[in-house]
Order: sequence, then C-alpha cells, then structure tokens
Amino acid sequence: METALPTSPLMRIRQFLLRPTIGPLIALLIACAFFATQTPRFLTINNFSFIFQQSIVVSVLAIGQTLIILTGGIDLANGAVMSLGAVFMVHLASRDGFNPFIAIGIGFAITSGIGFINGLLVTRLRLPPFIVTLGMLGIVYALSLIYTSETIPAKDAQTFLGNGFKVGDTLITYGTVAMVLLFLATWFMLRETSFGRHIYAIGNNMEAVRLAGISTDRLLVAVYTLAGLLYGIAALLLIARTEVGDPQTGVAGNFNLESITAVVLGGTSLFGGRGNVLGTLIGAIIVSVFRNGLLLMGIPSIYQLLITGILVIMAVSVDQLSQRGGRQ
Amino acid sequence: MSTENRIPVLKAQGLVKHYGHIIALDEADLEVYPGEVLAVIGDNGAGKSTLIKVLSGAVIPDRGQVFLNDQPIHFTSPIDARRVGIETVYQNLAVAPALTIVENLFLGRELRRAGVLGSVFGMLDKKKMYAHAQEYMSDLKFRIPSVSQTVETLSGGQAQGVAVARSAAFASKVVIMDEPMAALGVKESGMVIDLIRKIRERGLAIILISHNMPHVWELADRIHIQRLGKRIAVVKPHEYSMSDGVAIMTGAKQIDAVA
Repeated sequence: METALPTSPLMRIRQFLLRPTIGPLIALLIACAFFATQTPRFLTINNFSFIFQQSIVVSVLAIGQTLIILTGGIDLANGAVMSLGAVFMVHLASRDGFNPFIAIGIGFAITSGIGFINGLLVTRLRLPPFIVTLGMLGIVYALSLIYTSETIPAKDAQTFLGNGFKVGDTLITYGTVAMVLLFLATWFMLRETSFGRHIYAIGNNMEAVRLAGISTDRLLVAVYTLAGLLYGIAALLLIARTEVGDPQTGVAGNFNLESITAVVLGGTSLFGGRGNVLGTLIGAIIVSVFRNGLLLMGIPSIYQLLITGILVIMAVSVDQLSQRGGRQ
Repeated sequence: MSTENRIPVLKAQGLVKHYGHIIALDEADLEVYPGEVLAVIGDNGAGKSTLIKVLSGAVIPDRGQVFLNDQPIHFTSPIDARRVGIETVYQNLAVAPALTIVENLFLGRELRRAGVLGSVFGMLDKKKMYAHAQEYMSDLKFRIPSVSQTVETLSGGQAQGVAVARSAAFASKVVIMDEPMAALGVKESGMVIDLIRKIRERGLAIILISHNMPHVWELADRIHIQRLGKRIAVVKPHEYSMSDGVAIMTGAKQIDAVA
C-alpha cells in the first residue's frame, strides 16, 4: 500500500512539463524566437495583432475540434461545414433578400444540423467518426457548389464581428472578443461541469461511462451538435474577415488540417480523454505564427502547407510517445 | 453467523435460462444476507456468470423469481438493479484513467453547486466531492496518497480498489463482484481483499465470483457451489476444506448441505 506519487525533483520537472499548456507554450516561445532572428518585421506589436487576427477563425473551428477529439473522435469536415454555413448566410442575405440576421440563423441551423447528423451516425450506426466526417466532407463541399458557384460580397450587417474598438493604437475586433469569450466558456464547461467531465471520461473509457449509467449516445450527439454550432460562429467570423461568401474556401482554405494541428499542438491527445482547450488556443496561435513567419521570410505559401503537415505529425508523435511513457 | 431467522436481502428462486439448446441455469437458487460475503464458485459452464447477470439485471431469466427483502422484483436492465441498491464491479477496470479518484468515485453522480450556479450552469461542487471522497476512502482505510490524483498514477490494485469503493459507495444493499482480483498480483489482491472486508463491515451484502480458491476461503462467510446450472451446495469455509470444495464443484464428491 505504498504511495505511487513521484517525489524526486526530476519527476517533478517531468510532471511540470507534462502539464497541459506548458509544453505548447514553450513550443510557441521557441517558434517566436526563431522567427524573430530570421526577420526584423516579425517582433512588432502590429504584426502580433495581425497574427492574432489571422488565428481567430481557425481557433473557433479548433474549439469544436477539441471537443470532438476529447471524446476520442475526429472531424475531417469542419472547414467545409463552416464554408457551407458562410455561403448560405451571405447568399441568402445578399442574393435572395433574406433579413441578414435570419440568414445568419439559418447558417447556424445548417452547421449545427450537420453536427447533429454526424453525432447520430457515430452513435446509432456505430460508424468511426473519421469515416463519417470524411464522407460528410465530400457531401458538404458538393452541396455548397451545387447551391452556388459564385462568390458574392456580404452585406455590412453580416460583417459586424470585423468592427471593433481601439485600445491605444491597436484595433480590437468584436470577433476577437467573441473568440476569447468562447474559449473561456468552453474552458469553464470542460473543467467545472459534469457535461465537461463526462466528455473527458468518454474519451478515456467509454464502457466505464456507460456502466456509470450515463447515456453516452446522447452525450456524443450533444458534442457533435455543439461543435457544429461553433463552426457556424466560425463562419460568421470568416465572413467578417473575407467579406464574401465563397463556396471554395472550405477546401481551398486548408482550415481543417489547421484546426486539427492547433488541437494536437495544444497538447490534446488524438486518442481522446486528455487535453485542454486553452492549449488549443496556443496551438492555433502557433499555426498562425508559422504562417506569418514563413510569409515574412518570403517563403512561398505552398511550404506553409508542407510545414503544417510536418508539425501535425510531429505533435502526434510526441503524444504517442508520452502516452507510452505515461501508462505502464 | 446464524442466518436461519434472518431475511435474505437478495434471493433467487428456481431461475431457468436457456440459450438455444444450452441450459445455462436449471432451477438455480441463491440467498445472500446483509453483512456477509457469499462466494460463488463453480466450474466453467456451471452458470455462475448467467446467475450473476440475472441478479445485476443484465440478463432476464426465462423462469424463476428474484426477491429483494422477500419482495418479488423484476429487472429489465442493470439500471433497475442499480436503482434498488445493487451495484456490480466488473473484472476489467471500469475507471477513467485520466480522471482523478474523486471524479471516478462520483462519475455519473456528481454533486452540483447549490443555487443557480449548479442548476443553470451545471457547476460542480468540487470541494464537497473532494471532502466526501477523502472521508469515504479513509473510512475504508484504503490508503492512497491523495484523492485528487489521477487513476493512471495508481497501481493496478489501487485502481481496482477505486472501482470497488465506487460501487460500494452507491450500493445500499448488494455489491456484486465478478473476479475483482483476477488481474492483480498477490500484494495487490491483499489490498482489495482488505477493502472488501471493510465494505462487509458497513453491512452490505457482497456476492463474490472467483476462481481463486485461497481468496474464497480467506474471505467468504459462506460459499455457494454452482454445478450444471444449479446450486448443489452451500458450505462454510471452516467446515469444508478447499479440496472438498473443488471436489463438490467438479462432481467428485456429493454432499447435502445448504449452510
């Protein structure tokens, strides 16, 4: 009956480094230090404000992705779902004459509805989430191109999240505020509510959760639907940034890979049950720092995709190794 | 311990269960009293698992009746059994490794904050759960460094201890344990055995399924011997030896005893 607590200083350091968000934070600092030595334009307040602005859409997508990955699933279609939502919001308002806010509401309903369907397919038919969302990626992308092939400008009423207020010389958009609030709300939910704790538990040991009398099906459907709603909010943020409805963004924009990269770089395990949404925010900023830093160094944009791919594989490898070390 | 004039907390009478041509239970009976450990032993295919599953609500018998405190009762799912105070501990660790001991103990039965924070925002009362868990584990004299540790930092015996303690915490009448020590080493098993004794002291009835005869003889107050789908004997461990028990179980020896 002896204790199993690590007490040596070395173990303490290891525990500290394994704490969620510490590792990602160190990675972010290293990346920033690297780009600061490569280009003088990197380390300026304006540039950081820009990096932050650029990370907003991916960050919000990555919140939904974090919830799904924590349950042990994955979403391969969130960029396309967001894009479909954005296209409907803009086209309904600008082309079909809907009230801009009703159009936004319909967009939310569409993205949440797709999440709900994903949840049903994962729970009722017991299909692996990666197959369900891979199929959904094709369906959703096709649907947005069937709906429209045009890119049209959004009405001003739909780009309000791009407005903001000045703090000193820096513009802070309502979109930034919304993103920060969403992170805080999700962080609170995951830490302090039984719904949040059950999300972790399901990713740890689904059977244990079921045996504890919790409806795992209902919980999973709720998670996928909530993720869908977050993709709708991401769509609104996307409109605020691009000011158009473009049916190509979902796939061309590389959003999905970036959202998964943000989650994994943020220290959430792809195996489910471990991680933290604040880590995801740091992960999304790392992705944005790389995009921005490479751009400032004059490296062609296709290399950004290459490096994002390498980053995600590296982060998953670290996860894999730490899991092996952590459980024996 | 005299059992004659006491009411069994859980009783099964004439249970029959067929799976196609296979007869899993053939008029099987069982009684268990509060504050005792009833071990259930039997060869493979004797119907132990089916018997236990009927009592935990996971299997519905073709015929026969289950009684709770002498009142007939029907289970259609494990949730029914749980609702009347019967909990089951499974062989594979039914715990979430990355969650803390407190969170595992309260999984699915979390305590919420009082007022709006709890009812509207679903906010957990972590302090209260921590205090309850701390008190409960020290009552059981189950030594763990801290209840706010994650389960994956525990040894196998400690983790199984958490699963056992969890069931006992929510069982008001019976805890069914299906091979709780099967995956554990000697020292680790000892830890779980001590814990089971503590749970018995709290007045709960424990049904223990085990293949490990030394564990059974060490822990059980009475031993239910199951053979070919029915109960053929109930013996007390100090009246019969382990080899007698095995002989009865395999049919090499026949006695007429229901202790």
